[in-house]
Amino acid sequence: MSPESLPGEEKSVSKPVTDVEAAPKAGVEREDAQPDPILTPAVPEQQQPVATRKGMWSEGTGDTSGYSRIVRATDWPAPSDPPFGSWYDQVHARLATLVPDPYSKVVLDRGELTFHIPREKLTEVMQALRDDALLRFEFCASVSGVHYPDDAGAELHVAYHLQSMTHNRRLRVEVSCPDADPHVPSVVAIYPAADWHERETWDMFGIIFDGHPHLTRILMPDDWVGHPQRKDYPLGGIPIEYKGATVPPVDERRSYR
Amino acid sequence: MTVDSNDLYAGTGEATEGTVYTAMGGGDWADIATEQAERGDEVLVINMGPQHPSTHGVLRLMVECDGETVTSIRPGIGFLHTGIEKNMEYRSWTQGTTFVTRMDYVAPLFNEAAYCLSVERLLGIEDKIPQRANDIRVLVMELCRIASHLIAIGTGGMEIGALTVMTIGFREREIILDFLEALTGLRMNHAYIRPGGVAIDLPETGIAQLRDLISWMEKHLPEYAAFCNENPIFKGRMVGIGYQDLSACFALGVTGPILRSAGYAWDLRKQQPYCGYETYDFDVITWDTADAYGRFRVRLDEMWESLKIVKQATDRLEASIGQPVMVDDPKIAWPATLALGPDGQGNSHEHIKHIMGESMEALIHHFKLVTEGFRVPPGQAYVPIESPKGELACHVVSDGGTKPFRAHMRDPGFNHLQSVPIQCEGGMLADIVVAIGSLDPVMGGVDR
Repeated sequence: MSPESLPGEEKSVSKPVTDVEAAPKAGVEREDAQPDPILTPAVPEQQQPVATRKGMWSEGTGDTSGYSRIVRATDWPAPSDPPFGSWYDQVHARLATLVPDPYSKVVLDRGELTFHIPREKLTEVMQALRDDALLRFEFCASVSGVHYPDDAGAELHVAYHLQSMTHNRRLRVEVSCPDADPHVPSVVAIYPAADWHERETWDMFGIIFDGHPHLTRILMPDDWVGHPQRKDYPLGGIPIEYKGATVPPVDERRSYR
Repeated sequence: MTVDSNDLYAGTGEATEGTVYTAMGGGDWADIATEQAERGDEVLVINMGPQHPSTHGVLRLMVECDGETVTSIRPGIGFLHTGIEKNMEYRSWTQGTTFVTRMDYVAPLFNEAAYCLSVERLLGIEDKIPQRANDIRVLVMELCRIASHLIAIGTGGMEIGALTVMTIGFREREIILDFLEALTGLRMNHAYIRPGGVAIDLPETGIAQLRDLISWMEKHLPEYAAFCNENPIFKGRMVGIGYQDLSACFALGVTGPILRSAGYAWDLRKQQPYCGYETYDFDVITWDTADAYGRFRVRLDEMWESLKIVKQATDRLEASIGQPVMVDDPKIAWPATLALGPDGQGNSHEHIKHIMGESMEALIHHFKLVTEGFRVPPGQAYVPIESPKGELACHVVSDGGTKPFRAHMRDPGFNHLQSVPIQCEGGMLADIVVAIGSLDPVMGGVDR
């Protein structure tokens, strides 16, 4: 058996490399590395990735894993087209007859129906959802903000979780607004239950709900600066010394992403 | 005085401020009272809390009174805001349970259940949770519901002078906490329900302890009815207080015993079952008075219904001893198994032997899950459950990483406190604590 033909030898780097460019570098994938379908999921072409994750580790920490150049796009649930099945079609069609062209996107994912609504139409849509006998979402359970820094032009989202007790259905209505113009119409006049929820969303994300009767901070102190649950707001914390070593605060610690 | 027409809640012609009285400069209350009497302006502003014993934690109430009649009341919250939701964005999905359990600390297992059910929906493993894990979840949730209602009834009673209701309430709750301690290792903040199942199976003595617990409850729960139901002082303080009808409940997002005391049999365990509640035999309790007394009676009867479920769950758990309590997926199921050691709970020696000496795959799974955690496919989920207080839900968003992109808890107490003005305005100052007690807010959950 010839020593030249050992299996796997072509991957070996034990031979001296004369060309500097050809030498393996830390953090750079080797030429023979195969693309891993699990690590790089396909990005749907019609959809802009609104979040990407680069490398294996959290931002600002050294990556010695060799995966530092991998960019993984977040593969958000794709928009759905009717027919959706079950009661979803009925609600989808009924709302479209009451409000002209209400949807910017409809997502049916994991059994949860989400109507993405342009913010100009939010109050009209909510009024119809509450008042129409065939829709009758009379109960607004929750309003929560989400900050997607990578979703250019629609960084801030607000998700309204509606409940129809009459028909025993649940629906999520989602609106978005750009970071530069963080205004969303208030639904307090339609759903008084949203009062504190909108205050909390303003407090945590800086989304201004136009027409809210009393949009003030609710959880943070009144004189607080900043909106803590935005992604660009640091978690905070101080390094802890323990037996001579220093443990960095949790948001600066190296962690998997 | 101009009133902003955008202010939906403003009355007409309300003055925003008047004379502020203070005794700071060594003044005498008698002088202040005399001055106030001469003014004819009877509005008295009282700041209740946040350090008030009758406000269930750090709740602040800004009250305006005309004599002893409340003309305006506004709750102020946020004093127990600990940034739990933000913190969760920096920890793994499994570590999230240790955070949510600290929200509504009187009913910690419900927080964990709502969070884990949401994560499981994102993972797409809702159908793969073992039956025994679901039965244990139902069991601990119903025990926790009894404990939470005991607190609500006990502290609510204490606030109106029925001290014995509090002392016996904590006595019964202790029995439940003893069982939960034997099961999870902790009396509260259990972090017991995990994505995929539960952390550990019942201890060997678990079934026997449950049977003791059930017989204890059956013996002692009737005491509450005997103490309170027809007690004239108790009824005098509770009947007609904190009135909130059905339309107000709907408008303000009020659920749970408060909604059911207004006569509407809405219970998510029946309407949108989870964890197999549809297979249990129990009734939804309603009352028709929409007041504090009605809520007390609903809670009292719900404890009996919970006990019925606990009995059924105990029978099922007795029949399924030895079956798994965690999803059969080594990429999600937390690999460590715990054992009861001489110094409390710790890693099982059998498990250590297995991963260190026998199975390389087990070691890899252990290492990857403990250091890195599991990844959750991108998307969002909102799973509501019926907590003792009402609809508790978790809105989780994943970007496909090892940590929640966003986690938001919809705590029922947060909504319920919005209904304080509608329940208290026009009533007496002393009835505020009765109304708040009947809402049963827990500030850890309200402020998060």
